[in-house]
Amino acid sequence: MSDATLEAVQVERPGRLKEFWYYFRENRGAVIGLYVFLGVFFVAVFAPLLAPYDPTEQFRDHLLQPPFWQEGGSLSYALGTDALGRDLLSRLIYGARFSFFVGVVVVVIATTGGITIGLIAGFAPRWLDTIIMRLMDVILAFPSLLLALVLVAVLGPSLLNAVIAIAIVLQPHYVRLTRASVISERHKDYVTSAKVAGAGRLRLMFVTVLPNCLAPIIVQAALSFSNAILDVAALGFLGMGAQPPTPEWGTMLAEAREFILRAWWVVTFPGLAILITVLAINLMGDGLRDALDPKLKRS
Amino acid sequence: MSEPVLVAENLTQEYVLKGGLFGQDRIVRALTGASFALEPGKTLAVVGESGCGKSTLARVITMIEEPVAGSFVLDGTPAGPDTLAALRTTVQIVFQDPFGSLNPRQRCGQILEEPLIINAPEMPAAERTRRAREMLTLVGLRPEHYDRYPHMFSGGQRQRIAVGRALMLEPKVLVLDEPVSALDLSIQSQILNLLVDLQERLGLAYLFISHDLSVVKHIADDVIVMYLGRPVEIAPKADLFDHQRHPYTKALLSATPMADPTLRKQRIKLVGELPSPVNIPDGCPFAPRCWKAEARCRTERPELDQGTHRAACHFPE
Amino acid sequence: MSLLEVRNLSVDFATTSGSFRAVDGFDLTLNPGDITAIVGESGSGKSVAFLAMMGLLPWTATITSDAMTFDGHDLRAISPRERRKIVGKDMSMIFQEPMTSLNPCYTVGFQIKEALRIHLGMDRKARHARAVELFEQVGIPAAETRLSAFPHQMSGGMNQRVMIAMAIACKPKMLIADEPTTALDVTIQAQILELLKSLQEETGMALVLITHDMGVVAETAQQVSVQYAGQKCEQQEVTALFSRPHHPYTAALLAALPERATTKHLPTIPGVVPGQFDRPKGCLFSPRCSIATDLCGTTPPPVGGPEIGFARCHFPINVTAEQSA
Ligand SMILES: Nc1ncnc2c1ncn2[C@@H]1O[C@H](COP(=O)(O)OP(=O)(O)OP(=O)(O)O)[C@@H](O)[C@H]1O
Ligand SMILES: Nc1ncnc2c1ncn2[C@@H]1O[C@H](COP(=O)(O)OP(=O)(O)OP(=O)(O)O)[C@@H](O)[C@H]1O
Ligand code: SF4
Ligand code: SF4
Ligand SMILES: [Mg+2]
Ligand SMILES: [Mg+2]
Repeated sequence: MSDATLEAVQVERPGRLKEFWYYFRENRGAVIGLYVFLGVFFVAVFAPLLAPYDPTEQFRDHLLQPPFWQEGGSLSYALGTDALGRDLLSRLIYGARFSFFVGVVVVVIATTGGITIGLIAGFAPRWLDTIIMRLMDVILAFPSLLLALVLVAVLGPSLLNAVIAIAIVLQPHYVRLTRASVISERHKDYVTSAKVAGAGRLRLMFVTVLPNCLAPIIVQAALSFSNAILDVAALGFLGMGAQPPTPEWGTMLAEAREFILRAWWVVTFPGLAILITVLAINLMGDGLRDALDPKLKRS
Repeated sequence: MSEPVLVAENLTQEYVLKGGLFGQDRIVRALTGASFALEPGKTLAVVGESGCGKSTLARVITMIEEPVAGSFVLDGTPAGPDTLAALRTTVQIVFQDPFGSLNPRQRCGQILEEPLIINAPEMPAAERTRRAREMLTLVGLRPEHYDRYPHMFSGGQRQRIAVGRALMLEPKVLVLDEPVSALDLSIQSQILNLLVDLQERLGLAYLFISHDLSVVKHIADDVIVMYLGRPVEIAPKADLFDHQRHPYTKALLSATPMADPTLRKQRIKLVGELPSPVNIPDGCPFAPRCWKAEARCRTERPELDQGTHRAACHFPE
Repeated sequence: MSLLEVRNLSVDFATTSGSFRAVDGFDLTLNPGDITAIVGESGSGKSVAFLAMMGLLPWTATITSDAMTFDGHDLRAISPRERRKIVGKDMSMIFQEPMTSLNPCYTVGFQIKEALRIHLGMDRKARHARAVELFEQVGIPAAETRLSAFPHQMSGGMNQRVMIAMAIACKPKMLIADEPTTALDVTIQAQILELLKSLQEETGMALVLITHDMGVVAETAQQVSVQYAGQKCEQQEVTALFSRPHHPYTAALLAALPERATTKHLPTIPGVVPGQFDRPKGCLFSPRCSIATDLCGTTPPPVGGPEIGFARCHFPINVTAEQSA
């Protein structure tokens, strides 16, 4: 047999990770988003070490104390206190934990469910596919927050129920995305060649096809992370999410509503926290899409 | 003459094209009445224009699809749903596009081992790895390629992996669906040599699908010429290239460009496009483009005649 | 004066892992009525070189050249507006993929008339008449009715003919056909090549045929230029190239043709075309060349004279005594 062939191709081509980082880095916003995201993550993990006080501890002498740079503020309550005298900074720091909890749980539930259903729809005979997709369309036809509200109303208001409701509402996006990629991958030759090697249906679905559909799903996951935070905050604001005294950002906003004119800081800081986190994640999601979607690559 | 490993009888495949809201369903007759035999160590080439059913034949023979009519026998066992599992390792396939036929998320080693994991789950992992590494050398790749992903390989190297994967189960019949069409000339010759070597060593039978007649002339023992899903001429290679009995084969050969600028040959000009397999004309399918067509051709369908050099034409040469 | 004159054209792409030279020192001179074939393996920069001339490369590409003139215009200094006037009119291209080069949302008739309107400013009637005439010229039967067909309603061969009709609509002085027949069957390919040749004879345009099919080259071209890894390694008149190649790569390529085979084993060229990361220092062909010496590995070979087909090689082959003198 010929010998010969492959002298060349010794040299390493850039690895996938390196290439990914190259494209990701191109997008300045995404990199900033990533750093902010990592920052929030760090704060959430080390909340007990970073927070000056317990988030539920009430300092009765310091009700509605303004942030330190304002008249009457002090550095011991850097961002001021709320109507019950709780330190706002500590509550925000602990709030990051809840936001992360919400984001992670929602994404995990929605992706596992969505991917499984999407895979089934992609491989199913036409009638089953149609049933699944129409069902998803029905869910998508409702305004997402409204549907989540109804679900929470049925399940009872609590953070966990809110999370489950949001996961259910977000799920159809994953189903559609997975199904679309599955259908385009399914007819490629490598799938046929796995079939010829004798691979069963489950193996085809999870081992052969799924890994090749992950890129858009990862992007969607990043985006729904921020959606989840936003929706849980909205539910909290409506009193259907985390219950007081949980230091959840949306709930904090809701509690502070009546003081909006007297004490701007009790509404502004939780609002800013939500805004910055959501913005950072969205920016990062954009970068992820650029880096993972080969069609947008420039070379 | 040895026992054939593959005997196909009257294989026929149809697809239904769903009409729109008001349209009628239409039937695509992709393959009609294909019969042939293939012996171990031999190469049977299938040539014809795009859409004439070559890949359909490949899919039927590799049991990816079940034919709507006809049957075939692989290594003495009639193929069918019951014998599918038993015959899975007898026939394997290599596809045209080496970029699409390897899973981009699997390493070269995994790609080679997958058929064993599925078909011989009891085999110890070390044994699998040993065989995969052996296969790498057999198809002319290097041991260090074991851990690489497909995107790190060139087209020719990928095609070697694809051939290697198909051989992992030690098949008796290898279906090659345009294995060199996507490759450059210099790489094409490497793969053709590899195929010739493997055939000699392992006694493989090849069903070699191609539209490049110069490649077919090089590698085949026998040739089937297909037109609109039907075999129109079947002959040993030497006979076929020596003289063509069916007008279509003649036209095909005359249209094939020869890499020799001094050669000025007479080209047979075919008028009209290849008709679609949705409405195949009655009578001879080639009649609308044939310069020898007569009234009889349009009404009566010619069948393959008998002998070693068979043609389906009312007026064969 | 020649129609097209390109000297030392190079194209670099910025990529993930640094800059990548896709075209390296490309030279080409074309006179009206020439049929030149550019052959080479996939990725040897055939398409990119011509896209660079037409200004159709993305911004990641850096184009440098010593000279690049077409019909009296300097393509390096030309304004985008001027370029648009030339490209598609005097300098026209048939792209590699017929199916993706036509817009699926419009009828083929609309698309061809659009080209006529923009470049020639014909009125509606004249456009229609010309479109019908063009369709007949490229051998599309029932031209009138085909004008209102959408690309997906026609076969690949028909679409390719529509592409050709569009490319020749404005009577170009130079037509670049980038693999015009790779997607087609041999019987259709023969028709298309025939068509291109007869159009060339009728209009006297210069025709550039980019391909990797040696058979097509042998049957169609007058001049052949062989590309390897972005460089031109040899250019000769077609019969001379096939009988007496001067560059070892050309020789090896011809030897690898199955139709020239004498044994069951074909002569091969070991290895693969160098990529971005394994470009040799000296001659680009040196890792695969059967007669390479140490010199080849270290020093890039010079470009030879016309008597040895401009071969880019230290040791050109098939050279007679008087040629080397
Ligand atoms: N799943 C399918 N559904 C409907 N029609 C099909 C299907 N598969 C193939 N066909 C049709 O059957 C005919 C034969 O197709 P096939 O792929 O066998 O052609 P081929 O000879 O391999 O062509 P090529 O040289 O282009 O690969 C074509 O007209 C094709 O459109
Ligand atoms: N936009 C781009 N960015 C980076 N590299 C590119 C770009 N376009 C082309 N290339 C590279 O330039 C080289 C030459 O490409 P080109 O398309 O000219 O090849 P070709 O000779 O036409 O090949 P083929 O026969 O496959 O058409 C290739 O290696 C290709 O990967
Ligand atoms: S049967 Fe008639 S139409 Fe058909 S190939 Fe023969 S001569 Fe031509
Ligand atoms: S310069 Fe040397 S390596 Fe390059 S083609 Fe000539 S002989 Fe071969
Ligand atoms: Mg095919
Ligand atoms: Mg090209």
